Amino acid sequence: MDEMRHVTLTVNGEPVSRPVPVRLSLVDFLRGDLGLTGTHVGCEHGVCGACTVRLDGRIVRGCLMLAVQADGAAVETIEGVSDSGEINGLQDEFRNRNALQCGFCTPGILLTANELIRQGRVLTREDVREHLSGNVCRCTGYQAIVDAVMAAASRGSTP
Amino acid sequence: MKAPAFHYERPSSRAEAFALLAQHGDEARVLAGGQSLMPILNMRLASPAVLVDINAIDNLAGISVAGDVLTVGAMTRHYQVAESAEIARHLPLIAEAMRHVAHAAIRNRGTFGGNLAMADPASEMPACCIALDAVMVIESAKGPRKLAAEQFFRGIFETALEPDELLVAVEFPIGQPGWRHGFMEFARRQGDYAIVGSAARFLVKQRRVADCRLVFFGVGDRPIRVQAAERTLCGPPPFAEAAATASAALAAELPEFADSLATAEMRHHLARVLFGRIITPFTADLD
Amino acid sequence: MSEARDSGAAIGRSVPRPRADRLLAGQGRFTDDISLPRMVHAAFLRSPHPHARIRSIDVAAAAQAPGVVRVVTGAEIAAQCKPYAGLHQLFSGMRVPDQVPMAVDVARWQGEPVAVVVAVSRAQAEDAVELIAVDWEPLASVVDPRAGAAPDAPVIHAALGTNVAYDGTVAHGDIDATLTAAAIIVEGDFTFGRHTGVCLETRSILADYRASDETLTVYESHQCPAQQQDIFARLLGLADNKVRVVCPDVGGAFGIKQQLYGDELAVCILSRLLRRPVKFVADRLESFTSDIHAREHRVKARLAVSADGRLLGLDVDDWFGIGAYSQYPRSSIGEGSHVLRITGAAYDLAAYRARMRMVLQNKNMVGHYRSVGHPIAIAVAETLIDDAARKLGIDPVEIRRRNYIAEAGYPHASHGGFVFEQLSLHACLDKIVALMDLPRLRREQDESRRKGVYLGIGLASFVELTGTGPDYYGKGEVRVSAQDGCMVKLEPSGKIRCFSSVTDQGQGVDTAIGQIVADMVGVPFDDVAVFSGDTEVSPYGGGAWASRGASMGGEAAVRAGRALRENILAVAGCVLQARPDELAIEQGAVVNAGDRRIRMTLAEVARIGYFRQDLLPAGMQPELSVVRHYVPHGRTFVATNGIQGSLVEVDPDTGFIRLLRHFVVHDGGTMINPMLVEEQIRGGVVQGLGAALYEEINYGTDGELTTGTMADYLVPMAFEMPDIDIGHVSVPLSGSELGAKGVGEAGTAGASAAVINAVNDALAPFDAHLTQLPMSPERVLRALRKIA
Repeated sequence: MDEMRHVTLTVNGEPVSRPVPVRLSLVDFLRGDLGLTGTHVGCEHGVCGACTVRLDGRIVRGCLMLAVQADGAAVETIEGVSDSGEINGLQDEFRNRNALQCGFCTPGILLTANELIRQGRVLTREDVREHLSGNVCRCTGYQAIVDAVMAAASRGSTP
Repeated sequence: MKAPAFHYERPSSRAEAFALLAQHGDEARVLAGGQSLMPILNMRLASPAVLVDINAIDNLAGISVAGDVLTVGAMTRHYQVAESAEIARHLPLIAEAMRHVAHAAIRNRGTFGGNLAMADPASEMPACCIALDAVMVIESAKGPRKLAAEQFFRGIFETALEPDELLVAVEFPIGQPGWRHGFMEFARRQGDYAIVGSAARFLVKQRRVADCRLVFFGVGDRPIRVQAAERTLCGPPPFAEAAATASAALAAELPEFADSLATAEMRHHLARVLFGRIITPFTADLD
Repeated sequence: MSEARDSGAAIGRSVPRPRADRLLAGQGRFTDDISLPRMVHAAFLRSPHPHARIRSIDVAAAAQAPGVVRVVTGAEIAAQCKPYAGLHQLFSGMRVPDQVPMAVDVARWQGEPVAVVVAVSRAQAEDAVELIAVDWEPLASVVDPRAGAAPDAPVIHAALGTNVAYDGTVAHGDIDATLTAAAIIVEGDFTFGRHTGVCLETRSILADYRASDETLTVYESHQCPAQQQDIFARLLGLADNKVRVVCPDVGGAFGIKQQLYGDELAVCILSRLLRRPVKFVADRLESFTSDIHAREHRVKARLAVSADGRLLGLDVDDWFGIGAYSQYPRSSIGEGSHVLRITGAAYDLAAYRARMRMVLQNKNMVGHYRSVGHPIAIAVAETLIDDAARKLGIDPVEIRRRNYIAEAGYPHASHGGFVFEQLSLHACLDKIVALMDLPRLRREQDESRRKGVYLGIGLASFVELTGTGPDYYGKGEVRVSAQDGCMVKLEPSGKIRCFSSVTDQGQGVDTAIGQIVADMVGVPFDDVAVFSGDTEVSPYGGGAWASRGASMGGEAAVRAGRALRENILAVAGCVLQARPDELAIEQGAVVNAGDRRIRMTLAEVARIGYFRQDLLPAGMQPELSVVRHYVPHGRTFVATNGIQGSLVEVDPDTGFIRLLRHFVVHDGGTMINPMLVEEQIRGGVVQGLGAALYEEINYGTDGELTTGTMADYLVPMAFEMPDIDIGHVSVPLSGSELGAKGVGEAGTAGASAAVINAVNDALAPFDAHLTQLPMSPERVLRALRKIA
């Protein structure tokens, strides 16, 4: 049988406490155990960025961490930052510019872009492209994504 | 593509970690940032019996300066290094190279020491450590030992670490004025491992190269310091001539290293180009 | 067409996609997001050998492993279904092998499923897979198509007696005489690496067989639910009215999710065997080994040109490797067929000959990936044309203008045997010259060269076959429907619910369908909700393929929307004591056709139609749900066209190429939603740029895959991609209500050709030239003779 270990953490502000198999990845825990299916599994080797979540305030790859390692941490997912309104401005820009097609990469891209915007720097298109360089979008040409992030950053819509 | 089963340990102190490593020996793998180890586990390229997670150990992270030594704790995350004012001031080579290390989310989790202990030959930081003459601080139940970075990297994913040892910190000598640096790499895409890269450091005195360290990465099974080229650059002026001589002889100092990214010939060619581009900024200032 | 748009407020507008809100909130519902009670997970043991006999399989240890429900071999799976073969009867002489879901006795490609474990968790299933012991006898493999055709090559399928699955020639005029007489001949030997789609959501399926009433429900990440329903029912011997296929949100498809995969069929069989839901989600490593590949072509071509730059004739010889089987149901011949028939299609060529040999290999199957075959055909022709221009000192713009099909020449019978009703090649060329400001770019190029910076400018014209009609698969006896359907229903609130057989994997076709229905019925766009992807409730249709969703599915939506409007007006007429032709519908209300005064809302029509039929005259049956279908009769394809331009910088020391800017002018006919059209084109371009510079599936000399991870197979990322400027020429499609043509694949069709021409332009001062994709730094340096 799989070795289990109890974890206690907060996910999107809510306390969670339960046993998990020690080999379970954080993203599989969020999706499978907590039903937070907005975070996606794209490659499971850290290249595509679809599983991006926020751990103690910084984005990480959910496939490159074990769920047990999130013990004591605060994890936020697309569901959390969407419901809290934190990324509403960014979501509006994405919607209005069609900066998403299939939407599979989108939660990871939103969390990644949001981290950049929160730095409060004046951004160039190249900055945005560089910061997003670890997130695969296979559908758009990236251009609308860059446009949307630039627009959201310039209107300061994301605190 | 799910990790194989393993026994998981999360020591909260160094002593506990050393005891676990001593107990499990080869059967254990240390889990630091996990940004290289987790893909290996997910792909089942390794199946260690025990994972020793060192993320809960206090005092393994942080950047400090004491006298002429800057110390980076092994569990310092890449982003902390990238954002550190001390690093920017004392080790601009590291600050510059860090921009080429993977992507934001990876830098948030990946650790300085974990990256070095993984010893990927295409990785930037091992080469920087050699170029900066860093000292690796290694510890086990038997006590601490120190090793020059140049002695630390032994092959692809191979280091001088014994199974019971942990890399706990890296010490960089600082406070020597006159050193300038160069860093460059050729990678297919931003954040990819480099096909070829180089980290270099030059001590310029009276329009001469008084000392230098020139290290290539991605060209062999470990970072390659090209000492003949270093000697040539420090040799008699004119510098432009020395540089040309060093460039012509460069390939002889590099191994024949081929993989799916590039042939050995391609790597040698790119190393020569890179060498030229790294030293170009200096040529104007040197005799 | 004027009729189709006369009530229109939505068609032609860049409205955002309603589906986007859900996806942006993390509330997409992809196949792997669905869990069912008693669900178990499948993991496959895949052949580690490109070609090997299976002497025996020992599953005893695996069967005993923790969490394991069942271990099943390929032979056991094969016994549960009928075999199938990817044949296409339009191609006489085509010979392809029968297939079963998994390998039996012999594995013929590395990655072919051999045995499968079903367990309580995917991790435990994978644990048990490692415990299956197979006694392998490795066999000699066929890797290169030409070697596979040699008389002494190992034969992969003994029953066929050969590895050559097809050998066909298309000829027009006297090419030999033309080549002999031509002032110059430019030739090229082109190599195209294999690609795959890398859908970010990997292939996923959840099959739920209910034994009590012999019902199979399948959730599948797929483009064509109706096709899958038909296939599962036929191959498994089920009643198709008890097979339901649901394609929920699909995370990218690009043709990769258009066919039948053996492992997915096996999952349906497992669900029936185990009488419980079985889920299989391919991991990324399995995706690289088993997702449909594309584009393995080696093309030798010769172009005959007169001294004044007239293109006289083209001779093409294509070797096309398709892997171990022909994909089912469409067959794998599509790519080769397009190379045969559309190479140089934009030009008026008096003589043409193309030969294509399709060869089986010990590799994964090649099939349909975005812009099937076009990038090959276009790269070959456009590169040769630039070579000719360079040789003759003619500007690349000028040589194209001189040789396009004449404006007065439509309808044009192409040298490949198609009829092009109307193309806009000259208009697209004029527009891209302006869009790029080519004279200025040429000046910049000259100035940069003097500073040692090598810019290159490349153009690529393309003719693209979209909107496949019944004359292709229908006549080919392939069960792929060229029909699409649309159901529209007036809800009691006066809003509209629409169900389209066309599916949406992110293209935004459901938005376009909603825009069409809104205008046809006469309601605001926001009052239309569009659904798709469920055979339980969908009208019959082909799904998403061949860039035909908006153009063909849209025609069905026109007819359905219009029929509903008529039915609404019939009810309203009864209530208002008016003839239906005295009434119209605008903004969700019935108005007088004359003075546009509001007479009653659609909510009121619905209230009476659904709840107060007592107010209607006897015999009046309100029909407030309608279904209409559309088939593009008499068509094989709808030909459309465009041109792309690329600006690159090549570093001649390192061989690295920077994409500085990319340009597209495209004729998609009438645009229903320009924003979505442009994003489709941009996304397609980026896949073409990946083809140009990065993407390549590689096999070693024995047929073992060497690019099995996303660190080896390089997809384009944000940092390296340029901004893409788009212009439009809109020649509406004749004979249709909307005038829309396909756009989804246009970007991919011409992008890589434009980049090759740009790179070769940049390298012209060095007398260096590339004819292999992708153009890796190593290949560039080799062309520059800087490395051997």
